[in-house]
Amino acid sequence: MIEIKINRKLNGVNGSLDLRFDTKIKEGEFVTIYGPSGAGKTSVLKMIAGLLVPDDGRIVVGHSIWFDKSKKVNVRPQLRNIGMVFQDYSLFPNMTVRENLEFALEKGQPKNIIDDLLQLTELGQLYNKKPAVLSGGQKQRVALARALVRRPKLLLLDEPLSALDSEMQSKLQDYILQIHEEFKLTTILISHDLLEVIKMSGRVLVLEDGHVKKDGAPTAVLPLGHLKELLSKVAF
Amino acid sequence: MLDFGPFYLTLKLAVTTTVILFIVGIPISYWLAFSSSRFKVILEAVVGLPLVLPPSVLGFYLLLAFSPENSFGKFLDTHFDLRLVFTFPGLVIASVIYSIPFMVQPIQSGFRVLPKNLMEASYTLGKSKVTTLIEVLLPNIKSALLTGCILSFAHTIGEFGVVLMVGGNIPNETRVISIAIYDEVEAMNYHQANVYSSILLVFSFLVLVSVYLINHSMLNRTTSHD
Repeated sequence: MIEIKINRKLNGVNGSLDLRFDTKIKEGEFVTIYGPSGAGKTSVLKMIAGLLVPDDGRIVVGHSIWFDKSKKVNVRPQLRNIGMVFQDYSLFPNMTVRENLEFALEKGQPKNIIDDLLQLTELGQLYNKKPAVLSGGQKQRVALARALVRRPKLLLLDEPLSALDSEMQSKLQDYILQIHEEFKLTTILISHDLLEVIKMSGRVLVLEDGHVKKDGAPTAVLPLGHLKELLSKVAF
Repeated sequence: MLDFGPFYLTLKLAVTTTVILFIVGIPISYWLAFSSSRFKVILEAVVGLPLVLPPSVLGFYLLLAFSPENSFGKFLDTHFDLRLVFTFPGLVIASVIYSIPFMVQPIQSGFRVLPKNLMEASYTLGKSKVTTLIEVLLPNIKSALLTGCILSFAHTIGEFGVVLMVGGNIPNETRVISIAIYDEVEAMNYHQANVYSSILLVFSFLVLVSVYLINHSMLNRTTSHD
């Protein structure tokens, strides 16, 4: 069980925002956070990862406390054992595909997981290429594979597919679902794509103005009128 | 017969200064680029001072500080048997201070333009700040590092006021090329001054050309794939 109850004042382009995020996530669950841009989605993910410090609250994952303001606990991101995929992929430009993955290895960790991951994400042919020559979809697969090297329990995906075309999106969505099952992950996905939310997760948290406005199954919670419109377009 | 002493001394000074500045400059630039401390502006201003101060002002205060008549100079003299006035080590310290903005500012802006996510991605992969700096950040700002080194090197070669104040004009100890040229002109040896000057001119030009060549080829390599 992951318990998150955090708040932080954010200063964005639209003035300041009082972000309050309070939820519980079961082990093995696939949860999406849906909401308009500027609602604080990325900040939530960064606070879970330890890259941004909440003003107050606590984050408890299983039996370990990652953050607790009252107890002055704040575990460094390095020790949280998460896998995170950023919107812009954030591959290291100076390293090849393989080196990007190997960089993530822990001291003494056997290297065979690199080959497994390259195979799983169909990157075997590209292992020697630098990120600059890869396509968006390939970069995203590298980022995903790299995030899994340390075998994290928790996978955080910050709109990982938003920059790709719909065909590639659909393919990568399948990858992510497959990986979620195979690695027995708990996954939190940020998305502002309704179809993606419905396909990927059994549970969606709708984040608006810094608050979780709705929480439940996508079909029950999402703006359905808009959804029907979208689905009718897809039917063609 | 042409005395190559000043050339040798100038190169030795420039190389030593650049190596020290490279080692000192990286942590300072890192801190300036990423810290959110209130005192950052103070350090930033201190680092930038040599850009606006006349070299003679800097040299004058260093001369006072290094002088064995004063507390700091006396301390070095009695505890470390180290004299910094009119000696090569003194010249190195003065050059390091004088050229520090030329190393720090390019590296600092190199760090700043790197996407912040690179650093954060490395942290989420369990890597420490030092590992991240050495394996992720520095290899991706090679061009800025090279620029910092070249500017510091070139600036040290062109130094005059600070050297004159702190080092004086002692052959094979502090008589660098710029001082030697001044000295020859004062002694009306225009031919000798001309030989020194033209060698320095050609050398500086070649250094800059090769730097720009390297920099352009590095830039091309990173952009042509996109």
